[in-house]
Amino acid sequence: MTTGLKTTAISDSKLLFEKSKSGKEGIFLPSRKFQDDFSRLIPADFQRKDHGDLPEITEPELVRHFVNLSKKNFSVDTHFYPLGSCTMKYNPKIHEDVASLDGFAWLNPSQTEDQVQGILQIFHELSRALCELTGMDEFTLQPAAGAHGELCGMMLTRAYHHSRGEGKRHQVLVPDSSHGTNPASAAQYGYEVVQIPSDARGRVDLKALEDAMSDRVACLMLTNPNTLGLFENDILKIREIVHRKGALLYYDGANLNALLGAVRPGDMGFDIVHLNLHKTFTTPHGGGGPGAGPVGVKKILAPFLPAPLVVKQGSRYGFDYHRPKSIGKVRSFFGNAGILLRAYVYIRMLGLEGLKRVSHDAVLSANYLRKKLSTAFLNPHNEFCMHEFVLSASNLESQNIHAGDIGKRLLDYGIHAPTVHFPLVVKEALMIEPTETESKETLDAFVEVMLKILKEAQETPELVRKAPHTMPIGRPDEVQAARKPILSFRDLKRDTQASPL
Amino acid sequence: MSYFPITVKDQAEMLETIGIEHFGQMFQAIPNELRNPKIDLPSPLSELETQSWFRELAGKNASSKTHSSFLGAGSYEHFIPAIVRHIIGRGEFYTSYTPYQPEASQGTLQALFEYQSLICELTGMDVSNGSHYDGSTALAESVLMTLHETKRRKVLMARSVHPDYRTVTQTYLTGTSFETEEIPFQSHFGLDLDYLKKHLTPDVASVVVASPNFFGLVEDLKEVETLVHQNGSLLILVSHPLSFGFYKSAKEWGADIVCGEGQPLGIPPGFGGPWLGYLAATRSLLRRIPGRLVGLTQDNAGRRAFCLTLQAREQHIRRERASSNICTNQALCAIAACVYMASLGKTGIRRIAELNLENAYYLRRALSNLKEVEILTDGSIFNEFVIRLKKPVDQVNQSLFQKGIISGLALERFYPELKEQMLVCATETKSKDQLDQFVEALKEVLK
Repeated sequence: MTTGLKTTAISDSKLLFEKSKSGKEGIFLPSRKFQDDFSRLIPADFQRKDHGDLPEITEPELVRHFVNLSKKNFSVDTHFYPLGSCTMKYNPKIHEDVASLDGFAWLNPSQTEDQVQGILQIFHELSRALCELTGMDEFTLQPAAGAHGELCGMMLTRAYHHSRGEGKRHQVLVPDSSHGTNPASAAQYGYEVVQIPSDARGRVDLKALEDAMSDRVACLMLTNPNTLGLFENDILKIREIVHRKGALLYYDGANLNALLGAVRPGDMGFDIVHLNLHKTFTTPHGGGGPGAGPVGVKKILAPFLPAPLVVKQGSRYGFDYHRPKSIGKVRSFFGNAGILLRAYVYIRMLGLEGLKRVSHDAVLSANYLRKKLSTAFLNPHNEFCMHEFVLSASNLESQNIHAGDIGKRLLDYGIHAPTVHFPLVVKEALMIEPTETESKETLDAFVEVMLKILKEAQETPELVRKAPHTMPIGRPDEVQAARKPILSFRDLKRDTQASPL
Repeated sequence: MSYFPITVKDQAEMLETIGIEHFGQMFQAIPNELRNPKIDLPSPLSELETQSWFRELAGKNASSKTHSSFLGAGSYEHFIPAIVRHIIGRGEFYTSYTPYQPEASQGTLQALFEYQSLICELTGMDVSNGSHYDGSTALAESVLMTLHETKRRKVLMARSVHPDYRTVTQTYLTGTSFETEEIPFQSHFGLDLDYLKKHLTPDVASVVVASPNFFGLVEDLKEVETLVHQNGSLLILVSHPLSFGFYKSAKEWGADIVCGEGQPLGIPPGFGGPWLGYLAATRSLLRRIPGRLVGLTQDNAGRRAFCLTLQAREQHIRRERASSNICTNQALCAIAACVYMASLGKTGIRRIAELNLENAYYLRRALSNLKEVEILTDGSIFNEFVIRLKKPVDQVNQSLFQKGIISGLALERFYPELKEQMLVCATETKSKDQLDQFVEALKEVLK
């Protein structure tokens, strides 16, 4: 079976390569200044023979191509994204303007400290602000994303235990409701992952945690509020259980939007914290990055942080590379500087009162939606939630409709799907996070649409099962995509040649 | 405040719907002692104040727009056509989420598919992922790929690979059962082949070389490739992506994986990020590739459709059994690179490479005429090379800065033995006047 590409000639899904025409150019480059003939000057053996097949297209055609592509996307600028644990809030425009100032965009990270005092000041002040907001003592800004921060946290965990002669600690505990990155990060760094079940209240099962604790455990990774949107109200007991056995407590900051300015992970007893600046501090998601995942630690772990840290001496800012116990570096230079800069603009503009308003309105909106939707759908943990909550669509199983189908049908109504089929501890999960930047009218409209879809599910289930109907494409055949991967235009050409019309 | 659409009246109505009187009731699960911590943050700024404050901070930095820069060393000042910023500046791209809902993300998915296609054309390799954090982490994960693929435990890494890339890879491997060993370079920065031959033992999973290497030298990899593959090891090449416009592609050299920093592909240096790790490999390594892969398929009506694929490698499906923990990476930067590469096109890629070559060769020639300067990278180069001065580089650089020049990197910082040696970069952005002024200024300073 072929991919069916030949049978459909939809012009607006044509690839750049299919729009290419010999003799076209898309860029105004300067002319050559000097007369060197490099094909003679440089050994022929070093020169490229097969030049590949880059497309030839002019700028107006490129602009139309990409602008039309952009219109096939949902985005926060155009749509409501009640996407649980992803914190899809509004990304202020001024962030982009500031980040594109020449004095930030055109800095080489190898410039000497005296040439980059402005950005160093921002790094320093951002680190301090993040310490204040999380209750930690020191931050590294290097990790490029949340999962990257987790990996860095695992390295810090190992270095800490190793320095105390406790290198035998090789297990990392994660709740069964945790984000997939938690076990993946721990395993990538060689830790054995032990899953802790949730109890009937949707919280960490304390008994199971106590049973799992031993001197082989390096740390417990926890999200609080957890992925059910519930605050782990036994957090102080959890801290005690974990610390008593000499293990560390790791905070996955993906859900910090619920607690900004109100409660701090450092005060809860966490030793290591990663933040997702592209969530809580509203740097844009970019269709899957760039993000930033700074990691904060308590004093006992500070010596192990990656080098360098930004320090202030008098009125000057500089880098401290002298960190003999440091784990090393997790990324080149200083991390995603432009993302760090945007997050700092956000903190400066909102100030503490504004950041408190963030968590206030986020929690209020989530509970408002929870209240309005929990009777129509199932909610196995129907109590006050934090910034998100999880519904179950298992009452539609008899119609053979799954959570994913509801997500797809929402697209037809101009609303992005919630996070579906996650967390794994809830059957047919619909994880909903409205964020603080949606109006009450939008929330009400969402409720109305959800109830309408519920009705459709009962009366015309096929409509929901086959959704979406109004998007540029219907459901893609993901099985075929994986069975016979076509990952480039070259693969496509080969596929088309292999099974001609 | 302008980012909060819920009004005070809305708040009251919402509390009533929820069935409570005070907001604090929703926090009842939180122990009292944890609530309302003392937090010290600077007072908020209006947007007007924010604009001027950050402009002031930006003004405290010397950039390659206020100074004439000859600094590269892993971060490159290249010309970026206006189209790039306009395309990635579209909210539909930059405020969208990871394309888990393909029906509502065909724009991002097709652009990433095109990025993968362009990287394959540029490097000659079979498969590219949808982006990585940066060059250093792309290398670290490339190294992990080879360790897992060969089930061997050791990596030989050229010391002429970017120092941060080596440190990051080392950091990723510390505490694991894997180890790295460095291959030294010779006096003119070429790889020490004799050393490689002696250390290419049966436990070597892969050999990492950079070309152009950190010192700007384009290496002859013919023999390296033969040796590495004879040993059953894999070859990882780290490269400046634009150098493929002129020099042999990774495929032509016989590399198994090519990776590096994609920042030169339409992304400003930005003090180190956000950047773009590119990573491409032979098809046999496909299922070991970390990060997102976009595939082409058809939808339920037989139409062309794009979706994330081979997700069974990924953390959100496989949890602790994933091939990598990577989740959010650098999609928007990949789209920038896609627009840039598409703009260059078939003829532009060769021309941009030659513009780099001609400036670097011109500058190297001009500097070789100064008696105070010795050229150390005297082989083939792309846009960087090393010179030896008869004065400490830091001191020279300070004087050059007074003349409006951001000068090259003092190599002693990373290689203590390379005293008085400077890594100089000249990309296509330098005019003949700027190149001549640099030579003149250096001549004066070295007097």
